[in-house]
Amino acid sequence: MRRAILAALWSHWRRHPVQLLTLLVGLALATGLWSAVQAINAEARASYARAEAQMGGAGLAELHAPSGVIPLATYVALRRAGWQVSPVLEGPLRHGGRVFTVMGVDLLTHPPLPAIAESGADIAPVEALGAPGRLFARPGDAAALAGRDGLPPVVATEAVPPGLILTDIGAAEAVLGRPGEVSRLLVLPEQPLGRAPLNEVAPDLVEVAPEGRADTARLTDSFHLNLTAFGFLSFAVGLFIVHGTVGLALEQRRGMIRTLRALGAPLGTITRLVAAELLALALIGGLAGLALGFLLAGLLLPDVSATLRGLYGAPVEGGLSLRPGWVASGLAMAVAGTLAASAASLGRLARMPLLAGAGSRAWSLRPRGWRMMAGAGLVLIGGGVGAIALFDGLVAGFVFLGGLLMGGALLLPPALALVLRLAAGRARGLVAQWVWADMRAQLPGISLALMALLLALAANIGVGTMVSSFRLTFVGWLDQRLVSEVYVTARDDAQGVAVAAWLETRADAVLPIRSAEIRYAGAPLFVYGIVDHPTYSENWPLLDALPGVWDRVVAGDGILINEQLARREGITPGEEIVLAPDWRMEVVGVYSDYGNPTGQAITALDVLLRHVDGVPNQRFGVRVPPDRATALAQDLRAAFDLPPRAVVQQAGVKAQSLAIFDKTFVVTGALNVLTLGVAGFAILTSLLTLWTQRLPQIAPVWALGLTRARLARLELLRSVALAAMTAVLALPLGLVLAWALLAVINVEAFGWRLPMHLFPLDWLRLFALAIIAALIAAALPARRLGRLPPAQMLGVFANER
Amino acid sequence: MNVRAWILALLLPVMAQAQGFAGLGTTAEGFAVPDPAYRLTFPADHGAHPTYRIEWWYVTATLEGADGRDYGVQWTLFRSALAPEEREGWQSPQLWMGHAGLTTPERHFSAERMARGGIGQAGVIAAPFSAWIDEWRMAGPDFDRLEMRAAGPEFAYRLEMEARGPLVLHGAQGYSVKSADGQASHYYSQPFYDVTGVLTLPGGDVAVTGEAWLDREWSSQPLSEDQSGWDWFSLSFDTGEKMMAFRLRGGRGDFTSGTWIAADGSAEPIPDGRIVVEPLREAEVAGREVPVDWRLRLPERGVDVEVEALNDEAWMDTNFAYWEGPVRVRGSHAGKGYLEMTGYE
Repeated sequence: MRRAILAALWSHWRRHPVQLLTLLVGLALATGLWSAVQAINAEARASYARAEAQMGGAGLAELHAPSGVIPLATYVALRRAGWQVSPVLEGPLRHGGRVFTVMGVDLLTHPPLPAIAESGADIAPVEALGAPGRLFARPGDAAALAGRDGLPPVVATEAVPPGLILTDIGAAEAVLGRPGEVSRLLVLPEQPLGRAPLNEVAPDLVEVAPEGRADTARLTDSFHLNLTAFGFLSFAVGLFIVHGTVGLALEQRRGMIRTLRALGAPLGTITRLVAAELLALALIGGLAGLALGFLLAGLLLPDVSATLRGLYGAPVEGGLSLRPGWVASGLAMAVAGTLAASAASLGRLARMPLLAGAGSRAWSLRPRGWRMMAGAGLVLIGGGVGAIALFDGLVAGFVFLGGLLMGGALLLPPALALVLRLAAGRARGLVAQWVWADMRAQLPGISLALMALLLALAANIGVGTMVSSFRLTFVGWLDQRLVSEVYVTARDDAQGVAVAAWLETRADAVLPIRSAEIRYAGAPLFVYGIVDHPTYSENWPLLDALPGVWDRVVAGDGILINEQLARREGITPGEEIVLAPDWRMEVVGVYSDYGNPTGQAITALDVLLRHVDGVPNQRFGVRVPPDRATALAQDLRAAFDLPPRAVVQQAGVKAQSLAIFDKTFVVTGALNVLTLGVAGFAILTSLLTLWTQRLPQIAPVWALGLTRARLARLELLRSVALAAMTAVLALPLGLVLAWALLAVINVEAFGWRLPMHLFPLDWLRLFALAIIAALIAAALPARRLGRLPPAQMLGVFANER
Repeated sequence: MNVRAWILALLLPVMAQAQGFAGLGTTAEGFAVPDPAYRLTFPADHGAHPTYRIEWWYVTATLEGADGRDYGVQWTLFRSALAPEEREGWQSPQLWMGHAGLTTPERHFSAERMARGGIGQAGVIAAPFSAWIDEWRMAGPDFDRLEMRAAGPEFAYRLEMEARGPLVLHGAQGYSVKSADGQASHYYSQPFYDVTGVLTLPGGDVAVTGEAWLDREWSSQPLSEDQSGWDWFSLSFDTGEKMMAFRLRGGRGDFTSGTWIAADGSAEPIPDGRIVVEPLREAEVAGREVPVDWRLRLPERGVDVEVEALNDEAWMDTNFAYWEGPVRVRGSHAGKGYLEMTGYE
């Protein structure tokens, strides 16, 4: 019996291979996009964890100095008071246009360092611990560093995270030019009895618990949440396809099932076998999806890694590995998604009366259904709005987005029904009236696909608006920030002085770019010192400021902070911040600082130099008339034998910044296009689903005199009209989405709020895309209709099936 | 390259020589070598000798608590040079390691410290004498009056030590020949400290009194490769006499040696082969069999004693692990002492 039922069920797929393919492709797409995002996230997180484990010291408390620098004497004093601490000296090393992080540890007292233990290099202790020491870096980084003068020999090892140079603290002091300094102290797990209290030994230092630190995983959480949300959206859209196909398959098999039952097959067995069939298909589609996801993740990961490294300095490696957990979760999602998408169809099957006819419009909705849908949609939107009104934070932001999108999607069919009813009321002519009425009749069947399209379009508009707004703001901001015509970086402080003196007579102004990294509220803060020059007051983009802001800054009477710091610490102009025990300053303004995850502040140069020792004096912005910039840059390079990268013109910096920016959103763009593709596919599936039901509806119209060609054209028109209406309705939803992304999600995730710009041309392009997608999706059924043999049309009247 | 393995490789020769055994057939690689013509001068030679590869300040104390129980304490500072020079800052080639042990009849505590030279985290000053690593230190106005302290996560001790006898120079005026091949070290001891102090244990503080033995030695030549470990005894008899004895276990046969110290501090070297040691009982410690009771004979002095560990579990769970603990002595001579054993795998 089972075998016979299975054979009968399978015969359906044999006769409808396209449908089988559609189902599997839908499942694979849903699973694939979701798994790709999961794989990327898992890989990135594993990279962070690996990096942290490799560096040892994970989960240890640390001692930090508010000034960012702990004198070596303080370390020794702590040690001699019983504190078991291990010093770390960190700092940037610029080389060949890249910035490496040099991490110097005391190899003798640091917790076990797998990064060195696994390096496999045969290094004698005297080589690593003595002068000049050894640097450990990834092979690529090691190659990039090779040949740089004044560096200790570099040992290439895969065990060190990318962009990091690991070395002994003695070598780090020399490489960074920071003798006698320590950046932070790891508090080792075992502490002796009778240790003196911290405030007696080193009252300047604060102990920071591991969870209090802004570590990579926490910084990047929001980025991964964004990706996850996108992946989930794709998954949902993919499930629409599955839902459509499964519904269609069961509709088409009603006759067969009726026959099977008439032959004595119990309904329970049939239902179970159909469920088993779905499960098998889910596994096959899921596996295909995993393969697709793995491929996709492999393609996207390099860009994501670049983004994470660029935005957060997070150590993400480019390679992808297959993780069992990922496979299991992907398959589970595929199975759960399939069952969820087919639950309604299976339920209908289980309740199907024995003698129910085939081809009846089983999933039509009545006006009461529309009202319920609209009500549910409004409740979801209200819930989302409530979440954001009552709670702060990224999660509330995503709840709002989720409620908005799902609610909007639920509102779509009732809204379309309303529009169609109004249109039908105004229609002139029989054919027009029939077309409108027919669209309304079709709506329930195609509404899921249209909801998918709406979601895809809204996401596209929302994310597109966000990225474009961001880009526009970023470009404007770059124009404001990058005012100097030429930027020069000297080799060292001595050359810096010489360069400044050389430029004195040749440029309109030489603006030193000098900064020091200190710690504020447990996180790095970069303080810049500026000199008095109208370049700043005329160009620097301020979001909020007290009167006379620039005069106060250059007079050393106030400090500017960037938006990230202001938002993170809730600081408003007029408040005082304590940068060090003897360094308090009033915040006189807040400036936008896109693309920078860390806090930043600007004060007068002499204030900075008074409070921080050894501020490098190597970088300058040079103001010259733009037509002389190129000549000056060439002269500068020649006069000081500077490499090309050390002297950069404004345009070069801008191009570089924009390239980094664009790279950041490659993934978003790719996911956007994919989601839209999936939605188009969903429409095709729905139209194919409706196909069998179309014949009895169209045949009478054909019999009344409309040609098949005209019917086919009307078919296309109908699909396009529905897509167009959906696209129009998607616009407001997309704009609200964009607003939420810019004003809520961005602030939470990146720490800056962006002004929203509207891009009507993009909407037109998207509108056209939606129409094209609908046209392509409708083309196949329309073509089939146009070529349908008249005999088949007549058959509708002959036997009523 | 494993950092721990490194440190181990580094300090193995230090440990091997810690009790005064020079290995065979190694070169000094630019380091100073002990010179028989050299005469120890004090207090200068209490300080560090950075041109030698290895050096230590090694104290063991047998103590009795106000509670009537026996205790043992170890305090050791090792210096190991990667190159025969001193340098300011992190890149100094002088590395320091501290070991502290505290043994009770039931428990044994140990702790370990590592430090780089050149930054002040560890070091030794000859006068007024001061030897330290982190907060552990042994210091005083001179070498005869020292305060010694150390602490670990579960224990601490603070002891006052006062010498009631002279320094003992081993070998010829402190030039101690270690092998037929001529390897040697500069080696002297102060075995006559009277001790009072306080031990901090999980159960509370215990006041203690007793005796301590300090070894000072520096050289540049590690053990030979065929030697797998050693058994070292420092015994104080109730008669006021003392004896240092050791056995080096090697592929080419055992090597025994020692010093007999009279109650007045006059010392006589004991040449190879005179001391006979024999394990009586083994105990399973840290997953291995270690002989914890011994029979030790020195016929020419009429010594035939049984040496018994106060606590079988006196295992130093440090990067380079070994057994070191207080012992009781019975037989022809009664007394107390310390036993150290390495190389029991």
